[in-house]
Amino acid sequence: MSTAAPTASGRRDGSTLGAVPGTVEQALLLSRYQFRDYLRSRRFVLMLSIVAVIGGILSFILAYYHGTATVSGLTSTSDAFYGSLWGGGVYVVIIFAGIIFGGDAIAGEFQNKTGYFLMGLPIRRATVYGGKFLAALGASIVAMVFYLVILVVNGIVYLGAGFFPLALVESFAIALLYLLALLGAVFLFSSMFKNSLYAVLVVAILFLFGFTLIEDLIVALVKIEPWFIIDYARPTIAYPFLSTLPPHVTTVTTMGPRGGSTTSTVYNPTYPEGLAIMAGYFILTAIGGLYFFEREEFT
Amino acid sequence: MTPSIQAVDLTKRFGSFTALDHLNLKVDGAKCVGFLGPNGAGKTTTLKMFTDLIFPTAGEAFINGVSVQKDRKRALADCGDLIETPEIYPSLTPLEALELSGALRGMRPEEIRSRSSVVLGEVKMSEWARQKVGRFSKGMKQRVNIAASLLSDPEVVILDEPSTGLDPRGMAEVRNIVRGLKKENRLIFMSSHILSEVVDVCDEVALIDHGKLLFYDTLSNVSKRLTGNATSVELSFLAPIGDDAVSGQVASIPGVASVTRLDARRLKAMITGGNEGQAQVLERLASARLGLVSFEPSQSALEELYLQEISRGD
Repeated sequence: MSTAAPTASGRRDGSTLGAVPGTVEQALLLSRYQFRDYLRSRRFVLMLSIVAVIGGILSFILAYYHGTATVSGLTSTSDAFYGSLWGGGVYVVIIFAGIIFGGDAIAGEFQNKTGYFLMGLPIRRATVYGGKFLAALGASIVAMVFYLVILVVNGIVYLGAGFFPLALVESFAIALLYLLALLGAVFLFSSMFKNSLYAVLVVAILFLFGFTLIEDLIVALVKIEPWFIIDYARPTIAYPFLSTLPPHVTTVTTMGPRGGSTTSTVYNPTYPEGLAIMAGYFILTAIGGLYFFEREEFT
Repeated sequence: MTPSIQAVDLTKRFGSFTALDHLNLKVDGAKCVGFLGPNGAGKTTTLKMFTDLIFPTAGEAFINGVSVQKDRKRALADCGDLIETPEIYPSLTPLEALELSGALRGMRPEEIRSRSSVVLGEVKMSEWARQKVGRFSKGMKQRVNIAASLLSDPEVVILDEPSTGLDPRGMAEVRNIVRGLKKENRLIFMSSHILSEVVDVCDEVALIDHGKLLFYDTLSNVSKRLTGNATSVELSFLAPIGDDAVSGQVASIPGVASVTRLDARRLKAMITGGNEGQAQVLERLASARLGLVSFEPSQSALEELYLQEISRGD
């Protein structure tokens, strides 16, 4: 028996050992199997059902109120149609997808003990993190595309087959950036908790209404621009459909019934600011999530 | 010679509790080493640090000369491990789980296919190869996990109480599998708190308690420590055996170094002369017509040393 330690190709008995794949290759491999796990799981069916219900309700409203002033406004131009229903609605799909596919992605590795299977293999923790992130991203994109297909079918019905605005491509790309930011945050919380339920609950509370509440409170009480809240960047998804962007800062003075006046300020992110907030959230939360995952122990 | 596995001052503290206290252990060669200790002794903590599932407070763990803490990917490249009872993604089949494991290790697809068939056969899971793991019992999952740890035919295999949670038949099968794993170029490092399991399959034993290594030696040396060169044998008789018969017809047989009464019908004899000595004593006992119904080498040497060392620690 040789005394040398095995290298990537040589072993003590002289046989060969296949070289362990590189980090990117391992991450893609893992994401493929994780994605397959998602596709076969009940959570995927649940996600598609949620999108189908949202799409179904929208389709019903469009059909039922077709011809009324409100719906006529929506179906007057493709920008108005997709700006409202895609730009203003896809974030709901993204939030649900983030919660369903990402909420327990890392916490579940600890709680369900699947991590013991993966982490015994020659693979870096960062690779596992990246692979699972890619799988959640892929599954979420499928949900987004499903929602888009429902809207496009409705768009063809009410606008005709030729009305497919290029702004939709741009908006889809921004929605992807928002998805990255949201998944980054979801993975961060999932890394911080070893319990899937806590991770899912925190993410659901924060993204469904927590951030909106915090944003409103900051604007009303502290009176500063809430540029550090991911929710604040969300309207940017609809910007490609707008011919004129909303003013960055609007101050509204309201006269009270007894002659007094109240001044309130409304903030809207600028286009670059919205993109920067999303990108910043993605980068910072990805680093933070990885930091926690690298340090968490399988006790 | 680069040790197959080595712990250098390996220490783990959880708050004020020291789970592992400066463990120094060096194991090399092709053999099966039992890592023995009572519950809470620090066995799983040690193995988890060898597989980077938890991190040492101090010290380092090496596999094939590579620090697990500094380069886990290279250290675990030729190591198969099974820590606790891992869960496999429930929607995957055993074949897919092995495919994932093999692909992440860099095995070629055809190699994965052929090895999967071999290892699933070894753990008797071939007929379940295409069923989803989510429907499996704990024992079946454990078999798939064992198969996954053997897939790449690794030189170092680390097993943490592999028969835990299995029924008696499953435990016996796992022991057979582990026995079958012994080969010229492989080290098996297996934790257990079941003495008979260690005696049954291991060549060497390391005893740990309260996070400290108490001894590491071959099983035969463990026996010699307590009994010199004698072998401990348990004798059972059909009817109670009197003191006169014990002293006159058992203790006087050449090769019997000492006799201790265990109960009315059972004696423990220390026999010198190795296997030949045992054969001669057995023949003399049979011809003495004392109603001998069993004559079995006692496995209590390890048990005695185990209890002796553990109680010293308490």
